[in-house]
Amino acid sequence: MSNLYLAYAATWIIHIVYILFLSRKAARLRAEVKELER
Amino acid sequence: MRPGFLIYALATMALLSYALYQGMMVAPTERTMGEIQRIFYYHVPSAWTAFLCFIANFLASIAYLVRRNPKADAFAVTTAEVGVVFTTVVLITGPLWAKPVWGIWWTWDARLTTTLVLWLIYVSYLMFRRFSTGQQTATLAAALAIFGFIDVPIVYMSIRWWRTQHPKPVIAGGAGSGIDPEMWSALLWNLAAFVAFAGLLIWVRYRLERTRQQIDELHALQALASTEGTLTR
Repeated sequence: MSNLYLAYAATWIIHIVYILFLSRKAARLRAEVKELER
Repeated sequence: MRPGFLIYALATMALLSYALYQGMMVAPTERTMGEIQRIFYYHVPSAWTAFLCFIANFLASIAYLVRRNPKADAFAVTTAEVGVVFTTVVLITGPLWAKPVWGIWWTWDARLTTTLVLWLIYVSYLMFRRFSTGQQTATLAAALAIFGFIDVPIVYMSIRWWRTQHPKPVIAGGAGSGIDPEMWSALLWNLAAFVAFAGLLIWVRYRLERTRQQIDELHALQALASTEGTLTR
């Protein structure tokens, strides 16, 4: 039973880590665009 | 943020919540495995979503080789990355399901091994794209993706072609296969939710990749302008 919750939790941890990776990438690209606009 | 994106994101969140409710509360408990079988509602839709991502990557790679359109290349890298995320979910939830049911976390049977190879192929593809700096990167990546895709039908057919520790297909598996209609319903809700969620991730990641391509173009133009300036001086 605990493996069931572990599996569901692991799924969402993987997706949340990927979303954090995307938001960091977006922030880096925004900074680069600002740099180019200067 | 565009209103269309916001509506889509909210609808996806609602769908994921309802799918979770279907998998945990509505679907009946399986007779032999018990509650642990509910991992099925995350494991199988994640695998099918990953397959859809890799099919999209395959088609985008062909489109890039034919038309040399950077949008096709951006879509290819996007779908490969999202496909790897969903395959990672499959490779983590699988052993968590296997341990209480089979008594082992992992075995080198055809389905498990070909899935691990699939993950390694697309991780290699992404690493190649990340670290290669040559002008032919997109072309070589597209060729790699087309050959790498060969493993997708092998993964799908592995439980039909070979005797494996992994269960035989319960869907489209011929006579004797099939699941309870309520299990079907929960499975389809979860599949719809995961495909919608993958679409959301692809939407965001594609826009980032297009921005990166445009930044690279600007850098190239700046470099060209400064070279021309040096030559005319």
